[in-house]
Amino acid sequence: MNEIDYKNLVPYGDTTGDGAVQFSFTFPVEPSPKAQEAAAQMVREWGFSDVKVAHMSSVGVGFAYFVIFGRAQRGVNFDKVEVPELTGQRLNYKEIDKRILEEIGRPIRVVGANTGFDAHTVGLDAILNMKGFDGDVGLERYRGFYTVNMGSQVLPAELIERALKEKADAILISKIVTQKDIHIADMKDVILHLRKRGLEKRFILVVGGPRVTHKLALELGYDAGFSIGSYPSDVAYFLLEKMLERIGKKK
Amino acid sequence: MGFSATLPLSKTKITRCRAVAHSIGDEVATLVQEHSTVGVERTFLRLLGLNSATEQEEGLLYPTSNFIVDQVERTGRLVEGSLYWVANAMVAENCSLGDVEAAVLAGKLDVGTVKPQPESAVLKLGRLLARDGVAGLRSRVKNRSKIKRKLKDPAKLKRPLLYQIVATGNIYEDVLQAKSAVMDGIEIVAVIRSTAQSLLDYVPQGATTEGFGGTYATQENFRIMRAALDEVGQEQNKYIRLTNYASGLCMAEISLLASIEGLDYLLNDAMYGILFRDINPVRTLVDQHFSRLLCAQSGICIMTGEDNYMKTTDAVKSGDSVLASEFINERTALNAGLPTSQMALGHAMEMNPQYEKVILMELARAQMTRQIFPDSPLKYMCNTKYKTGDIMTSHVVDAVFNLLGACTNQGVLLLGMPTEAVHTPWLADRSLSARNARYIVNGAAGMGEELGYRSDGFIAKFAQKVLDDAVRLLERIEKIGFLKAIERGYFADVRRPATGGKGAKGVFRVGPKYFNPFYEMMNSRI
Ligand code: B12
Repeated sequence: MNEIDYKNLVPYGDTTGDGAVQFSFTFPVEPSPKAQEAAAQMVREWGFSDVKVAHMSSVGVGFAYFVIFGRAQRGVNFDKVEVPELTGQRLNYKEIDKRILEEIGRPIRVVGANTGFDAHTVGLDAILNMKGFDGDVGLERYRGFYTVNMGSQVLPAELIERALKEKADAILISKIVTQKDIHIADMKDVILHLRKRGLEKRFILVVGGPRVTHKLALELGYDAGFSIGSYPSDVAYFLLEKMLERIGKKK
Repeated sequence: MGFSATLPLSKTKITRCRAVAHSIGDEVATLVQEHSTVGVERTFLRLLGLNSATEQEEGLLYPTSNFIVDQVERTGRLVEGSLYWVANAMVAENCSLGDVEAAVLAGKLDVGTVKPQPESAVLKLGRLLARDGVAGLRSRVKNRSKIKRKLKDPAKLKRPLLYQIVATGNIYEDVLQAKSAVMDGIEIVAVIRSTAQSLLDYVPQGATTEGFGGTYATQENFRIMRAALDEVGQEQNKYIRLTNYASGLCMAEISLLASIEGLDYLLNDAMYGILFRDINPVRTLVDQHFSRLLCAQSGICIMTGEDNYMKTTDAVKSGDSVLASEFINERTALNAGLPTSQMALGHAMEMNPQYEKVILMELARAQMTRQIFPDSPLKYMCNTKYKTGDIMTSHVVDAVFNLLGACTNQGVLLLGMPTEAVHTPWLADRSLSARNARYIVNGAAGMGEELGYRSDGFIAKFAQKVLDDAVRLLERIEKIGFLKAIERGYFADVRRPATGGKGAKGVFRVGPKYFNPFYEMMNSRI
């Protein structure tokens, strides 16, 4: 194995440092030698060398589809990449449950919903419902959680009202539809509603969905963001830690 | 041990399922007899020709049919039906329907407060209006069949037809995408509706360019897409079918607009709205009956949404609920006069691709459904739920479903997209998906007739179990009642009470003098 250069990390095809990348895209012009050269030129101008057009064909009405390979010239300094991460630590359901009851002394109260017009509930249910996700039980199953699942198509005002009524510690929202960044608009909308009522610090705010990242969630004013492959126990553990922080048992 | 071309499924059990579904259908029929909805009443007015709209605040266009039904509702007169009061206004003012329309839009007439006129005169005029409305629809339908007859019909040449979705949010962009799909071999184009449309209690008007996860269903958008598909169809000498969605709070209205504009298929299933959009069950079951009457009149083939049930429940365990629901849908459609050839019952099993023998299980259910509903152009959907951002692997999953669909002779193959888990399809996604399907459907033509099933094999047993479970499930539903079963989460693990949900306020019990000549004119069996 050759030495990997972490200061200039490049993709790997079959040889360390080869920088191999595959592209596929569509041009709004008919396939032609000119279209092919234009596609290759564009990829070269992006900073790739050894550009090979492996495939060009006609799709739809007057479009050219390409598969192209090239080699990245510039890498990334892996050591300098920073990303907010949720604690990597994982505990199982029983351990978390025990700690909540011992260290917090009462169940953590959560209210969850998919807001706006988004009707997807499977992701939220995976976190909240008894059954859980992929063998990891949902928060309803914990003695350490009191959960209210409002389902989908819930307006932010309704959600906040309910959270107040239930004396919730945390609000959990799910955002699945992302076309035209509607998930971002909806996430902001909840924050706006909270702010209008002076409640932005009142709840722990958690958001989840396939295109939600922890980084994005923090930027928008949430405490955490959970993406694809999140397990209920990840969320449970985060909520435990955050609650401890809130009641002053942790920094 | 023997092999046979078909699975050994008990005829007695299938007959039993149909008998039980018949009685469940009677429960729905009673609901339809006793109720109407604001949506149905608006559709009556649209059928008379009241399809205009007028500008409200913020440029929003509000339909005339909504205005009038709102007026009639406000004065508590809706129990006699919207048609009655429009006819009443015409008698009172001694004017035409166009005059009523203009006066309402000008704010000069409130149909809800016009003085009641002699009943016989009102009923006579009402019947005339209704008859003209239905005749107008029938002539539209004739025109469509003329266009269809001039072109080669892929449905007569092969099975399954290839179906893809467009969903850019912008009707003009959709046209480009749809034409492209046809160039790549697609025979049915479905325009998906915008995310929030199911919950709108009016149909937007005009061409639209702003939608999320889909494009608004409007009469003008239907017309634009229809014209575009007729145009490419002509170029290719091939009749291209157009699909949209008649569900949500304006189910019946959309069915009518689709009939007028010559659509070929409509997703038309109350259960979808109930389970996945939280629409009030009674509202949408009543709307559904009129929708399906309209479809029957217009030669529109309905599609049902059982393919969605497995998204919120475990597919291996809950296959019986899909089959049970198909029997019920078949019955409610028959009650609206739809022949089985106009019922594209939906199915897809969405079993976790990581299970051992999962392909055998999928084959079992696909073949079983084919045998139980031999005359229905079944709509078979590729797996979607277990797709991930790993688009290459997703493409392989689609290939398997394409092969299963081709081998089991499904009517319509709803093609999967490699990028299913990422975004609504891009142009190239659709093209790759079409190439995948063309290769397989073409390459596997006739394969189903060449192979047989072991009579005591895993596939046969798996299918038999689903049928056994479906008999029992239907019997349980019959016993507790359909609405109760929905309330208890028998379908898709989702619970919806009969009195809850969106649009519940728009349902009403019809009065003793309720006037609705349409059902009879359209040969309703209810
Ligand atoms: C199931 C499904 C449906 C079902 C939903 C049933 C239901 N009750 O949920 C039905 C059929 C009803 C449906 C309808 C629609 N759908 Co849909 N659907 C899907 C599908 C196939 C699977 C989604 C899913 O359930 N995944 C499994 C779950 C477990 O994963 P997940 O949601 O990502 O959740 C995980 C994480 O994200 C996270 N998470 C999620 N939420 C939360 C919340 C919290 C608090 C936390 C901590 C974590 C968390 O944890 C979960 C577990 O790990 C996807 C395609 C796909 N394969 O992804 C399309 C998809 C999401 N749908 C889509 C669309 C467009 C729609 C419609 C808008 C179409 C239309 N125009 O009518 C409608 C919805 C209308 C509306 N009002 O919203 C698009 C969205 C496109 C986009 N990027 O915007 C997709 C991607 C399909 C596509 N390619 O077009 N859909």
